[in-house]
Amino acid sequence: MRNLLPILTVLLVITGLWYLAAMRMNATWVYDQAARAGQVVTLADVLPQTLNQERPVLPAPHQVAKGLWEGVAGQKVTSKRSLVYHGWITLSATLLGFAFGSAAGILLAVGIVYNRAMDMSVMPWAIASQTIPILAIAPMIIVVLNSMGVTGLVPKAIISAYLSFFPVVVGMVKGLRSPDAMQLDLLRTYSASGLATFGKLRLPSSMPYLFASLKVGVAASLVGTIVGELPTGAVAGLGSRLLSGSYYGQTVQIWAALFAAALLAASLVGIIGMIERMTLKRMGLLR
Amino acid sequence: MTARQKLLPGILGFMFAATLVAVNWLDAAHPALPLLKVLNLLSLWGTAWYMNVALANAGHPAARFVVPAVFGLTLLLLWERAVGLFGISPVILPAPSVIWVQIVTSLPTLWADFVQTFVKGALSGYAIGCGAAVAVAVLIDRSPFLQRGLLPVGNFVAALPIVGIAPIMVMWFGFDWHSKAAVVVIMVFFPVLVNMVAGLKATDHMQRDLMATYGASYWQTLLKLRLPAAMPFLFNGLKIATTLALIGAIVAEFFGSPIVGMGFRITAEIGRLGLPMIWAEITVAALAGSAFYGVVALIEKRVTFWHPSQRH
Repeated sequence: MRNLLPILTVLLVITGLWYLAAMRMNATWVYDQAARAGQVVTLADVLPQTLNQERPVLPAPHQVAKGLWEGVAGQKVTSKRSLVYHGWITLSATLLGFAFGSAAGILLAVGIVYNRAMDMSVMPWAIASQTIPILAIAPMIIVVLNSMGVTGLVPKAIISAYLSFFPVVVGMVKGLRSPDAMQLDLLRTYSASGLATFGKLRLPSSMPYLFASLKVGVAASLVGTIVGELPTGAVAGLGSRLLSGSYYGQTVQIWAALFAAALLAASLVGIIGMIERMTLKRMGLLR
Repeated sequence: MTARQKLLPGILGFMFAATLVAVNWLDAAHPALPLLKVLNLLSLWGTAWYMNVALANAGHPAARFVVPAVFGLTLLLLWERAVGLFGISPVILPAPSVIWVQIVTSLPTLWADFVQTFVKGALSGYAIGCGAAVAVAVLIDRSPFLQRGLLPVGNFVAALPIVGIAPIMVMWFGFDWHSKAAVVVIMVFFPVLVNMVAGLKATDHMQRDLMATYGASYWQTLLKLRLPAAMPFLFNGLKIATTLALIGAIVAEFFGSPIVGMGFRITAEIGRLGLPMIWAEITVAALAGSAFYGVVALIEKRVTFWHPSQRH
């Protein structure tokens, strides 16, 4: 772990800058309050007050940590104020959508690799769709499905499936095509069937590409779910915590929800990375 | 071509024509009508797909453009037919023709939204964010310690749901485009930074040794060797950032905006169930996103003409 020291230094510097910024940005409010009360305050009086405000412009790191801790451990898990409750709602929609999206993506990729007409018809659109801000249609999907009577988990899962679908298609097609002509020729000299070629050569050699695109896909899924939670009027989920926090000026709540979302994203990507390392190690692709 | 393969398009075409006539002639309450409608759509799909298979297997060089175009048109046609046949309410799914009429009749609104969200919010944020990322990459390039510390952090941040920062930026910078640009700056910064740092490392020892034997200074080496060598990596990051910029600008408007902008229009029309207008905005967003990406890819082609991936 020779990177540990540099990483810790960078994190420390970021935290330090954050404290400085919090002092600077929150000081205005303290000065205004003092001026209204007709008091004269010195810098030494101001600084402690900037770090413990109820609704700071920028909450200090320890306030965010406290908000996060109270959200995770300070409530009952079923409480509406618990971040575990909201995080679970977001996570379940993300996982459902991600599972469906990536499975459909892998299936379509297999079709594209084996069917020329499908390749030529679908592939340009799949690539072009990556340049389109698909996230913009998330609110529409939610509201339309709501008007059709579909509510709860499913609309969010559809958005997250849609967002993870295209990265997986593009990555998996690349992976299934990664064996070179020599290897394919070798299997032909063995007179291997199409299924054997797929199972013994194409699928194994697509694994590194698959995992790379799964990591992109799961991050996109989570973003999709969070954005999908915005238009339903802040009912439940991390996205609704962000929205209700911004309605009522609860900055600590916004930051706590943001860090909860970041932790969720990091652990999802981390879990896929772990499965990737285990798989590739067993396949002998990773030394 | 076997006899069966020759027969197939004939059967499909006949089925399409027959069901089309039947759907128009039969009584609206006829029990077989839903089945006929489904058959009509399926045979339309089958005919178009058969055409695409034939085109793809013909191996003509133009097929590369024709086949996807036919596929896209088929989808649009199916969409239009399905909405018409089953009488789907425009509140759920408007037909493409309705969306097109909406686009043509509300061009001034769409243009104003485009300028607010794309030109003011996304483009300015993109320029600032990418510029800052390149500058920081060149600065930390001189310190391996900083690189080892910043790169994992940057990689980590690049995977986070950064759009969540939008409500905070709206609070800090107000409802106008400045807050949207701020979100875009943060969203594009890390992918570009990570790619640029990797790009600056892309020269090998032989090349740097050559510059050293020429007695080149740090800045000369940077300008004449390392920056040009970093360009393929930089453009990789810049292309990823184009989509992120548009997403950031639109999503940030969901958290508060003046009464103009693509994200604002989408949320406002949802409240009025003005689905055609939402689809019109999405069409504009899709076109703007593809065009933005295309322009960056074109510049990449001009700048990195020497790179193997650009030779054809």
